[in-house]
Amino acid sequence: MSTDTRTYPGARQPDRFRQVNADNVGIAVYEWGRESDPVVFLVHGGSDFARTFDVFGPLIADAGWRVVTWDHRGHGDSDYAEMYSWDADIRDALAVMTSTTDTAAPVVAHSKGGALMMQLIEASPYRASRMVNIDGMPSKRRMPDVPDHDQTRLMANEIGSWLDNRHNAATAIRKPGTLVDLAARRAKMNPRLSIEWLEYLVTVGARHEADGWRWKLDPSMRFGGFGPWRPEWSALRMASLPIPFLGLLGTVDEPMGWGARARDVLPWIPQGGRLEVLEDIGHFIHIEDPQRVSKLVLDFLS
Amino acid sequence: MSTAIQTISLQHNRITLALHQLQDGAGRPLLLLHGLGESAVNIASLPLSWAGPIWALDFTGHGASTVPRGGGYSAEILMADVDVALRYLGEATVLGRGLGGYVAFLIAGARPSLVRGAVIVDGPGLTGGSIHATSSSEIPVAGPRVGQAPDPWALIELSRDARPPNYAVTFTHLAVATSGLDDPIAVTCKVSPPWIEAIKAEAGVMTDITMQDALDIYAAI
Repeated sequence: MSTDTRTYPGARQPDRFRQVNADNVGIAVYEWGRESDPVVFLVHGGSDFARTFDVFGPLIADAGWRVVTWDHRGHGDSDYAEMYSWDADIRDALAVMTSTTDTAAPVVAHSKGGALMMQLIEASPYRASRMVNIDGMPSKRRMPDVPDHDQTRLMANEIGSWLDNRHNAATAIRKPGTLVDLAARRAKMNPRLSIEWLEYLVTVGARHEADGWRWKLDPSMRFGGFGPWRPEWSALRMASLPIPFLGLLGTVDEPMGWGARARDVLPWIPQGGRLEVLEDIGHFIHIEDPQRVSKLVLDFLS
Repeated sequence: MSTAIQTISLQHNRITLALHQLQDGAGRPLLLLHGLGESAVNIASLPLSWAGPIWALDFTGHGASTVPRGGGYSAEILMADVDVALRYLGEATVLGRGLGGYVAFLIAGARPSLVRGAVIVDGPGLTGGSIHATSSSEIPVAGPRVGQAPDPWALIELSRDARPPNYAVTFTHLAVATSGLDDPIAVTCKVSPPWIEAIKAEAGVMTDITMQDALDIYAAI
């Protein structure tokens, strides 16, 4: 095997690629399965990209679905934008959906993608027929043991750091490295995923340039931070969802996870919806156990 | 005071901001922030007296600043616009009209050592959107004016951005805790949306004061 290529058991590159113009931001769209099959949308989380579905997507497609997914702006092969926001991500998502079908289709969304889709479905319920939310459900836990004055200090530090980052964002570039280096870096954020998988992800989520590999993710982006958003808003959205709903939750905390627990989520599950808690599994449920999750999803979709 | 003496271009990520000098002078600058859909040209006509230099910033998507693709606006991004201007100007008193008033207030909490008083004045975009995000659900379309200033996405997104009162109160605490000023914020507006009502009740916020009186107090610091 070349030092620049990797394969992974069950991983399959998409059958089709296209680009959608979302308010002059180019969004990269990928599909598995026959075009004549019913559509299901897969939505990735923050810092991820569509090709993280390279195992899970084909499992759904092979069961008779046209699987459509996309890179959010600034992620994967979609354009870098001047600005990023949840509302902009939702409009981009709507542009992809509209480019694919006029009818309601199921949505399977992970992490931040799950929260984005709950907002989209609340706004445009006619776009989605069912929803699977993979660990993208709200947690109201926010530094519960930190006194108010310390929370204010922490927020001051966070805002200052965010503003400093804005000054340097224009010239920011991602640190290059070998394929193995990049996988090792990502392993710090994805400690439960195998190094073989992470090395495979480098080959589809990073660019190989003269001085090494670089993740495609826009280097001006910065995750986390502050803002007026409150977790309870997402909870209220979830409770309002008017379509069949399946929530999937792991029990092991991870750096990129939300730390939501069943007790946080259960009160907000929409009428008729259900929550499945998978023991001893982390935030990337569909990557850790694609067979089990695809079966759960396919059962729900059927 | 309506014509710019000079215009400086400043870089905020991929946006080029236009910062206009309206008045020369010695001492601490006054930075003016326009309302939603306005530009430095509009705020330059505000009748006020300030001995030092006066500058006015065009926010992202407004006036002579870059109009970005595909929106993504927030008041916090505009706060970062102001932070870029303050890095150029140094310590300044900031006066904002409407949306600019909210942004002036945010930057007073975010950069308390640089902002020597923030004055909030009535104008477009003062209220913001619902304080409850789930109340606003329509996914809008910008229409044919995309690409022109004022950016339609700015008008859409910044007229519906959530401004919860407790979020605003936190910024008041940040300004009071580290600015070293007794009253780092002056509310001079007649309109009083929930975020203004909330901060008016906090220590360190001047109320029942005119714009010029507030400026005179901050000029004397």
